Amino acid sequence: MLDLVWTIPLWPLLGFLLNGFFGRRWGKSTTDFVACATVFISFVLSVAAFFALLGFPGRQFQVMPFEWIGVQGFSAAFGFLFDPLSAVMALVVSGVSFLIHVYSTGYMSHDPDQPRYFAFLNLFVFFMLTLVLAGNFLLLYVGWEGVGLCSYLLIGFWFRRPSAAKAGMKAFIVNRIGDFGFAIAIFLIFKHFGTVNYLEVFQRAPVVAATLGGTMTAIGLLLFLGATGKSAQIPLYVWLPDAMEGPTPVSALIHAATMVTAGVYMVARCSTLFALAPAALMTVAIIGAATALFAATMALVQNDIKKVLAYSTISQLGYMFLALGVGAFASGIFHLMTHAFFKALLFLGAGSVIHAMHDEQDLRKMGGLKNQMPTTYWTFLVAALAIAGVPPLAGFVSKDEILWKSFSSPIGHWLLWAVGALTALLTAFYMFRLVFLAFHGEPRYAHDVHPHESPRSIALPLTILGVLSIVGGWIGWPTALGGGAWFEQFLAPVFAHANETLGLEAEQASHALEYGLMVLSVVLALAGIAWAYRWYVKSPAAAESVKARFPGIYKLLANKYWVDEAYDAVIIRPFVSLCTAVYRYFDLGIVDGAANGLASAAQSTAAEGVKLSTGRFRWGIVTFMLGCVIAVGWAIWVFTQGKMG
Amino acid sequence: MTQLPVPLENYLILAGILFVLGVVGVIVRRNAIIILMSVELMLNASNLLLLVFARIYNDIGGQAMVFFVLTVAAAEAAVGLAILVSVYRRKGSINVDGLNVLKG
Repeated sequence: MLDLVWTIPLWPLLGFLLNGFFGRRWGKSTTDFVACATVFISFVLSVAAFFALLGFPGRQFQVMPFEWIGVQGFSAAFGFLFDPLSAVMALVVSGVSFLIHVYSTGYMSHDPDQPRYFAFLNLFVFFMLTLVLAGNFLLLYVGWEGVGLCSYLLIGFWFRRPSAAKAGMKAFIVNRIGDFGFAIAIFLIFKHFGTVNYLEVFQRAPVVAATLGGTMTAIGLLLFLGATGKSAQIPLYVWLPDAMEGPTPVSALIHAATMVTAGVYMVARCSTLFALAPAALMTVAIIGAATALFAATMALVQNDIKKVLAYSTISQLGYMFLALGVGAFASGIFHLMTHAFFKALLFLGAGSVIHAMHDEQDLRKMGGLKNQMPTTYWTFLVAALAIAGVPPLAGFVSKDEILWKSFSSPIGHWLLWAVGALTALLTAFYMFRLVFLAFHGEPRYAHDVHPHESPRSIALPLTILGVLSIVGGWIGWPTALGGGAWFEQFLAPVFAHANETLGLEAEQASHALEYGLMVLSVVLALAGIAWAYRWYVKSPAAAESVKARFPGIYKLLANKYWVDEAYDAVIIRPFVSLCTAVYRYFDLGIVDGAANGLASAAQSTAAEGVKLSTGRFRWGIVTFMLGCVIAVGWAIWVFTQGKMG
Repeated sequence: MTQLPVPLENYLILAGILFVLGVVGVIVRRNAIIILMSVELMLNASNLLLLVFARIYNDIGGQAMVFFVLTVAAAEAAVGLAILVSVYRRKGSINVDGLNVLKG
């Protein structure tokens, strides 16, 4: 079975082609079915491959069905690698994608462009699966670029809205900046390792790294730059809040569960390389932690339900990078998985609310929805508890593991832990601020709005994700609490090289410290929830008075630290004026000048030439005679050259 | 080389003068009939040269060619006069300076 893993991405591709060409003709039901069925098949195949992998010796399988580039000195195949990491990613991607496809059948049922939506969504799943199953950097890059493209297409899905079109462009352009770094990194890898195949690169890594020194760090940093673009970390996170212009299931799938995790996956996949570039790894950790806190502060003051979740995603991605940066690669991937469950659930729940409120997204105009939308409310609450880190839900297990590892790892630091812990407090607070504002209290919306529970196509995926948010963490239950830590063990072989290089062998540290920190995390989570309860349920005036007392800080956060404006002033405007100058000087001046110049030269020459044809009879005779003289004279001259010259 | 009654140069100069007269006539004169006559003069100058060299080198081809030239000259004169008649009907005059419509 494993030699067929390369077919897993192909089913959604088929769905894209079918819905793309025939979707309009088929009608909604067929489009829905084709889109969901293809992803479901991929999911089933992923499950089958997973079980096949369990029994496979070495748990690492490479298959290269087709040759792609084979030139002197460089060859790359359409090669796929299936190991525990790919298996986890494939299962998460195909599984969550399937649930979101089902959800979309309900959510997008009234949209006239529904076939295009499903075509793009399927195309996205194709590229994402290619990305996670790829066996070499080149195919990874193909998937990488492809998901960026689909992200653009789906963010700007309602392209007739200018803000959506702009958001799509912003996402794509910011992504490209990261991709530039990523591409350079791949070039450097090829130059120094001679290959782009994962297994070969990682095998040669220790030897090559010893000779490279600084270049290895450069490779690490450039790879990470690509990751910051795709996974919305500092400095390239600015596209993600704007990406909320897209349909909510898109936000759930692409900007929460899958595409944004591509950066995390990539860094985890290259753990061997990062382990040999400690400076780069430390940068990953620092930026991850900083982004986590930074984004969480901005989430505190957002009034749009989706924007809160967007900043929350950026923040949680920061946690994942923090984990990777301190060498806890499996923990980062673990949080990736649990986050996919509860963040997708949060977004889908938000979508359910938005749908019921007739496209209202402002929290200040909601309230009291828990009675009208029980399923949505309870699943949303589960997800909120999970992300806040309340045991025994999934988020607690994964986030707590990250916090512990950032403290205890040989390359960790207590300061990183402190930042993570503070972020956890803020996360609990802003999440429950959201819950209380949207679902509790008195309704603050107009009387003619009657929110009701969403149909089953929407409610069922919510429920499934709710269950996963509860139990999903149990496969990684830490040994300190009596669990088997199966998840970490399952992924251990993938990170073996890195663990060895970094000296992260089996944890021997005392469990006492771990318990202590664990209790502290739970206390922080509950404190955050209580704080939100006090401010948004019991005495809302308290929130308002604090806002009035610190207007400067509030403005800073509400305006997102003016980062977008800063980028605009420092980078975008100068660049645009440079481009305009080049356009004026080079394109208009030189290129158009040459073309137009040639044309006008031809024209003036012709204008002069036309003066010869006066129309006068005797002038015609004269020119005729002159021509004869010249022609005959030349003929004689040529003739005499041969004979006597 | 067959001898000529008169030195060769005489014939060449005569032909040359005739030809130049014809050219000058074509360029300078305004009357279309005179222009056609000057063209005939040019043709006959060439005929003279052809005959002279045919006689000298005993080559009958030159004399045959003269026949062709004469015939063609006759036909061409006929056509030219027909055009001239058309022009006269149009313009009421055969002054070639009036033919200046094909400008630019």
